Amino acid sequence: MSLRIVVCVKYVPDATGDRHFAEDLTVDRDDVDGLLSELDEYAVEQALQIADEADDAEITVLTVGPEDAKDALRKALSMGTDKAVHVEDDDLHGTDALGTSLVLAKAIEKTGYDLVICGMASTDGTMGVLPAMLSERLGVPQVSLLSEVSVEDGTVKGRRDGDTASEQLEARLPAVVSVTDQSGEARYPSFKGIMAAKKKPVQSWDLEDLEIESDEVGLEGAWTAVDGATERPARTAGTIVKDEGEGGKQLAAFLAERKFI
Amino acid sequence: MAEVLVYVDHVDGAVRKPTLELLTLARRIGEPVAVSLGSGAGNTAPTLAEHGAARVLTAEAPEFADYLVVPKVDAVQAAYEAVSPSAVLFPSSAEGKEIAARLAVRIGSGIITDAVDLEAGDEGPVVTQSVFAAAFTTKSRVSKGTPVITVKPNSAAVEAAPAAGAAEALEVSFSERATGTKVVSRTPRESTGRPDLTEAAIVVSGGRGVGGAENFPVVEALADSLGAAVGASRAAVDAGWYPHTNQVGQTGKTVSPQLYIAAGISGAIQHRAGMQTSKTIVAVNKDAEAPIFDLVDYGVVGDLFEVVPQLTEEVKSRKG
Ligand SMILES: Cc1cc2nc3c(=O)[nH]c(=O)nc-3n(C[C@H](O)[C@H](O)[C@H](O)COP(=O)(O)OP(=O)(O)OC[C@H]3O[C@@H](n4cnc5c(N)ncnc54)[C@H](O)[C@@H]3O)c2cc1C
Ligand SMILES: Nc1ncnc2c1ncn2[C@@H]1O[C@H](COP(=O)(O)O)[C@@H](O)[C@H]1O
Repeated sequence: MSLRIVVCVKYVPDATGDRHFAEDLTVDRDDVDGLLSELDEYAVEQALQIADEADDAEITVLTVGPEDAKDALRKALSMGTDKAVHVEDDDLHGTDALGTSLVLAKAIEKTGYDLVICGMASTDGTMGVLPAMLSERLGVPQVSLLSEVSVEDGTVKGRRDGDTASEQLEARLPAVVSVTDQSGEARYPSFKGIMAAKKKPVQSWDLEDLEIESDEVGLEGAWTAVDGATERPARTAGTIVKDEGEGGKQLAAFLAERKFI
Repeated sequence: MAEVLVYVDHVDGAVRKPTLELLTLARRIGEPVAVSLGSGAGNTAPTLAEHGAARVLTAEAPEFADYLVVPKVDAVQAAYEAVSPSAVLFPSSAEGKEIAARLAVRIGSGIITDAVDLEAGDEGPVVTQSVFAAAFTTKSRVSKGTPVITVKPNSAAVEAAPAAGAAEALEVSFSERATGTKVVSRTPRESTGRPDLTEAAIVVSGGRGVGGAENFPVVEALADSLGAAVGASRAAVDAGWYPHTNQVGQTGKTVSPQLYIAAGISGAIQHRAGMQTSKTIVAVNKDAEAPIFDLVDYGVVGDLFEVVPQLTEEVKSRKG
C-alpha cells in the first residue's frame, strides 16, 4: 500500500527584503519577493527521504496562499515531490492561524493522507502553531519539532530536542509531523528536477471545493485583529573603535560606565 | 474580578522564571489562577502564591510525562471549563505554544503568540508583538472567543504579590487522543551551571569567527567573568561547535538581556531577530562592514582572540 505524504509549505516574503505591512495591516505580499519558506524546505527534504525508504510513496505538496504561491509549489516539485495542491480564493485574504488550519485540514482530508509533514514555523508569522492545530483538527497524533524522523511499519519515530531534555517520540500513522532546521540540509533542485516539475500536476481548489463558508476565514472571519503596527525606531548610532591593542580595555571601560562591571 | 488562567512551566516543581513574569502580566487583566501539571506540580503552589496566584489547580498523572502535549491540553481544557476565565496565558515555549494552539482550536478562540507586552483594554487584552525580525511592533487583540495568548520570556518584571493560592486538585479525564504520541525515552540535558539563556541578564555569543569548538572557551571565559549565559549563531551551531539549545535567532532562542555581547558574528537578519531587543548591544568583529555594527552601542573592530581575552582579564581585575 502506498504511503501518502502531504507536505504543507508556505509562500512567504523574503526575510532579507524590506518586509512591511499593507494598509489593512496584513503582511504586504506585493512589494517584497516571495519564496518557499526556508523552514518548509526541511519538511520537503524529510518527506523525500521518508519516501525513498518506503516501498511505494507519493508526496503531495500543499499550500494555502495567493496566486504567486504557485512558485513555492514549483520549487517543492522541482526538489522531487510528485504533485501539488494550491488552495486559492480571494476570500482567504487576511486569514489567521485558526482559519488557515481549518483550510489546510479540509484540503489534507480531501487529498487523502497517511503522514502530514510541516516545517517548524513559517518565517513570516513565526507562530509555530499550525502543526499542533492540524493534529487537533484531523484527530491524529502530533509528533512535532523533530530533529530526526523516520517511518517504519506504519509507525513514525523521531527525536525532539527540548530545552530541558531530548525525547524519543513514537506514534502510529496517520500522524502530523513537524521538523526543525536541525533535521538535515534540504537538497537543491537539479536541472532535471526543474524541468520535470513543469509537467507535474498542480491542482487548484477554492473554498467551495473544500466546503468552507467564506465568513469562516479572511480578515472578517479572523479570530484575531491587528490594531496597529509601528516601525521600531532605528537604534541610535553607537561608538565604534578600532582595536589598536587596547580594544578589550576600552570595551571594559564602556561596560563599567554602563554599570555592568 | 475576572479570572485569568496561567499555565505553569516548571521542572519537577521548580517554577521557571517566565511563569512568574506571566503572573505579573495576568494581574494587569484579572486575578491569576495557575494550572500546574505533572510530577512536582503540588510543590509549585507556594512560589506561585507569592507572585500573585489566587488559586493553584494541580494535577499529577503519569500521562503528562509519558505522552506528548495532548494530556496537558486535556487538563488545561478541564481548568478552562471549571474556571471560565477571561483569558488564558502560556509561556512562549515550544510546548506552551503547542498546548495553546490546540486549546484555541478546541474552545474556538483566537490565539496570539509571542507577546512581549500585555495591557488591559476596552475590548479585551491588548497584546504587543515584535515582528519581522523585530523591525515592527504591533498591537493586536483576540476578537473571537476567550483570548489565548503566549508570552515571550523577559516581557515583564517578576513581582512579589502575595496571594492565597493553595494547591487544589484539578479533576482531569484524559481523552482518547491523549495517548497518541508516546514519549519512549527522555534524556535530561546536563546543566552547565551558567544562567539560562532566555533568562540571563547578560548574554555573550560566539559565531563563525570563533573558528572552532576548541576556541569557545574564549567566549565562555568572558561569560563566566560577567556571570552571563553563552549563546551562539547558527553558523557556529551548524558547524557543531556549540549545542543547538544555545542558538540565538529566528530558529533558536529570542533573548532580550540587559547586555548582549556578540563576538565573531556578522549580524544576519535571522540572528538579529533573536537579539535585536537587547537593551545594550556590544560587538567584536574584525570586519568593520559587518551589519552587527549597525545595532551596537559599542563596537570594537578587531580580532576577537585579542580583544575578548583582554576584556575578560579587565573584567576580572575590576571585579577584584
Ligand atoms: C530560515 C533561516 C533561519 C535562520 N535562523 C538563524 C538563527 O536562529 N540564528 C542565527 O544566528 N542564524 C540563523 N540563520 C543563519 C543566518 O542567516 C546566518 O547565516 C548566520 O547567523 C551567520 O552566523 P555568523 O554571524 O556566526 O557567521 P558569518 O556570517 O560567517 O559571520 C562571521 C563573522 O565573524 C567575523 N570574524 C571572523 N573571524 C574573526 C575574528 N578572529 N575576530 C573577530 N571577528 C571575526 C567575520 O568578520 C564575520 O563578520 C538562519 C537562516 C535561515 C535561512
Ligand atoms: N498558508 C500555508 N499553507 C501551507 N502550509 C502552511 C501555511 N501556513 C503554515 N503552514 C505550515 O505550518 C507550519 C507552521 O506555520 P506557523 O504555525 O504559521 O508558524 C509551516 O512551516 C508550514 O509547514
